[in-house]
Amino acid sequence: MNAQEIGKVIPWALLLLAAAFVPVVFSPYWLSMATTMAMFVVLATSWALFSGPTHYISLATAAFFGVGTFVTGLGFQTLPFWMLPLIAAALGGILAALVGMVTLRLSGVYFVIFTLGLAELVRQLVTWVQNQTGQRGMYVLTSITERDIYWMLLGLAALVYLAGWLIGRSKLGFALRIIGNDETVARHVGIDTALAKVALFTIPGMAAAAVGAILAPRYIYIEPSTAFAPLLSFQVVIMALLGGTGRLWGPLAGVIPFTLLWEFITRQAPNQTLLLLGIVFLLIVYVLPGGFVGLWARIRRRFHQGGGA
Amino acid sequence: MFILITGLLLGGTYALIALGLNLQYGVARIMNLANGELLVAGGFAAFWAYTAAQVSPVAALVLVAPIAFAVNWLIYRIMLQPLVSRAKSRGALEVDSILATFGMSFALVGIMTALFGGGYFNYAYLAQPVDIFGSSYAQNRLVAFVLAALIGLGLWLWLSYTRAGLRLRALAVNPASARLVGIDTRAASAQAFALGGAITAVGGALISMFFTLDASVGILFTMKALIIVIMGGVGDIRGTIVAAMILGICETAVARLIDPGLTLAAAYVLFLGILLFRPQGLFGKKPT
Repeated sequence: MNAQEIGKVIPWALLLLAAAFVPVVFSPYWLSMATTMAMFVVLATSWALFSGPTHYISLATAAFFGVGTFVTGLGFQTLPFWMLPLIAAALGGILAALVGMVTLRLSGVYFVIFTLGLAELVRQLVTWVQNQTGQRGMYVLTSITERDIYWMLLGLAALVYLAGWLIGRSKLGFALRIIGNDETVARHVGIDTALAKVALFTIPGMAAAAVGAILAPRYIYIEPSTAFAPLLSFQVVIMALLGGTGRLWGPLAGVIPFTLLWEFITRQAPNQTLLLLGIVFLLIVYVLPGGFVGLWARIRRRFHQGGGA
Repeated sequence: MFILITGLLLGGTYALIALGLNLQYGVARIMNLANGELLVAGGFAAFWAYTAAQVSPVAALVLVAPIAFAVNWLIYRIMLQPLVSRAKSRGALEVDSILATFGMSFALVGIMTALFGGGYFNYAYLAQPVDIFGSSYAQNRLVAFVLAALIGLGLWLWLSYTRAGLRLRALAVNPASARLVGIDTRAASAQAFALGGAITAVGGALISMFFTLDASVGILFTMKALIIVIMGGVGDIRGTIVAAMILGICETAVARLIDPGLTLAAAYVLFLGILLFRPQGLFGKKPT
C-alpha cells in the first residue's frame, strides 16, 4: 500500500467509524432503518462484486439468505452464536459453487433462469422435508439485540468491501475485467473463465447466507415462505443497479435512497410496492444505464470538458 | 394411465404458452420475463368475460387474441425497439431486455393487484367429468387441450407454408442475413413478438378454465415456459411441444405420487439434466 492508497482508505475508515455510532446516537426507529440498510449494503455490494464485472444477473440472493436463516434457526440452541454465520457462509459458498458449476459454463440466460427459481426450489424442498418430519416454523428467541445485529452487519460490510478491494488488485480481478469485456478474448489468452466465475460467485453466496444467519433473531419466527421470499433477490438487484456496479461504492449509493423510498411507499401505499419496483427497474434501463456511478462519470466528464474549453 | 393423460392434457396448454415465449425469444430475440404476467392478464380477461358478461372463455378467445396482439406489438415498438437499436451485442441486448421485462412484470403485477385485488380467482366452466379409459377427467381440461392443439397446429402450418411464416423463420436463423434478402427485420420482429404474446395470452385464457390464478402467479408460468423453451431448444417448435408434454407428465406424476408442493422441484430436476447433458435442447445440434 502506498501513500495514495492510504489516503483513499482513510475516508472510508472514518465513514465506517461514524456508522458504528448510529445505535448510540439515533432512535430505535432509525436504528432499525440503519440495520435494513446495512443488510442491503452487504447483499448489494457482494452481488455487484460478481455481477458487475461478469454481467450475469444473479437472482439467487433469497436462496442463500434463506439457507442462512435456517442455519441459525436450527443451530442457535446448541452452538455459540458466532459460529452460525460462519457455518451459513460455508453452506452458502458450497451452494453457490454448485449452482455456478452447472450454469456458469453456459450463456447468461441460463444462469438468470436457474437462479430465478432457486429460492422457490429450496423453499419447496425445505417445506417438503418439514412436512415429512412433521415440523413447522421455528422460533428463534435469543438475547441478541438490534444493536448487536447492526454491528455484526457493519463488520460483515467492512469484510465485503475489503474483499472487493483485494479482488480488484488481484489477478482474479484482472481476469474478470477481461471476461466482462470479451469472454472469447479472455479464453484465448488462457483464462479459465468458468473457474474464475464460479470462484467469484461464491462471494455473494457466502455473504448472503451470513446475512441471513445474522438477521434470523430479528424475525423471531422463521418459516420457509418468509425466509425464502423471492422479492429479496429483486430488491438487491435493483439497489445494486440503481447505484451502479462499476465502482465499489456504487451499491451503497443505491441502497440508501431506495431503502428510504421503499419505507415511504410501504407506509403510504403498501399495495403499490411491486409497481414501484417495476418502475425503478424500467427507469434504470431507460434513463439511468450504469446507475448513479454512470451518471457521476458523465457529469464529471462534462465538467472536465467545460473546464478545458 | 391417469397420470399420463392428465399430464398430456396439462402439457398441451404448457406447449402453447411456451410456443408464445419461443416466438418472442427465438425470433424477436427478446427474453420476455413478463410473459407470465401477460398470461395471467389473458386469464383475467376470460374470467371477467365469463363472470361479468356470461361469455364463454372459448368465445372470449376471439377478443383476447387480437387485443393481446395489439398490446404486445405496442410494447415491442415503444419499449423494446429502443433497446434493440442501442444494443452493441446480443449479450448487451439480453441483459437490457431481461431487466426491462422484469420491470414490466412487476409493474403489471402491481397494476393487476390494484385492479383485481390480491385474491385468487377461478370460475366453473364445463366442470362436468368425462370418462376416458375408465378414469374421469374434467371437460374443461379436454377442451383446453383440444384448442391448444388446434392453435399450435395452425401456428405450425402458418410458419411452414406461408410467406409471412418463412420471413419469421429466416429471422430466427440469422437476423443479419434476413436483412440481406430484403426482410424488414424490425417489422418482422415486432410481428413475432406480438404473435408470441397473443398466443401466451390465449394460453392464459385456456388455463384459467381449470386453474386457479392470482395476480402474482405469473412468474411461475414464466419459469415453466422458460424451462420448456430451453429443454426443447430455442426456435424449435417440435422440441417445445415434446418438452412441454414431458414437463406436464413429470409434474403430474410428482404431484400425484410424492407431494403436490414439489412441482417446481420436478421441473428443476429436468432443467438440471438438460443443462448438464444437452444445453442445446432435446433436438438441438451441438454448437460448433
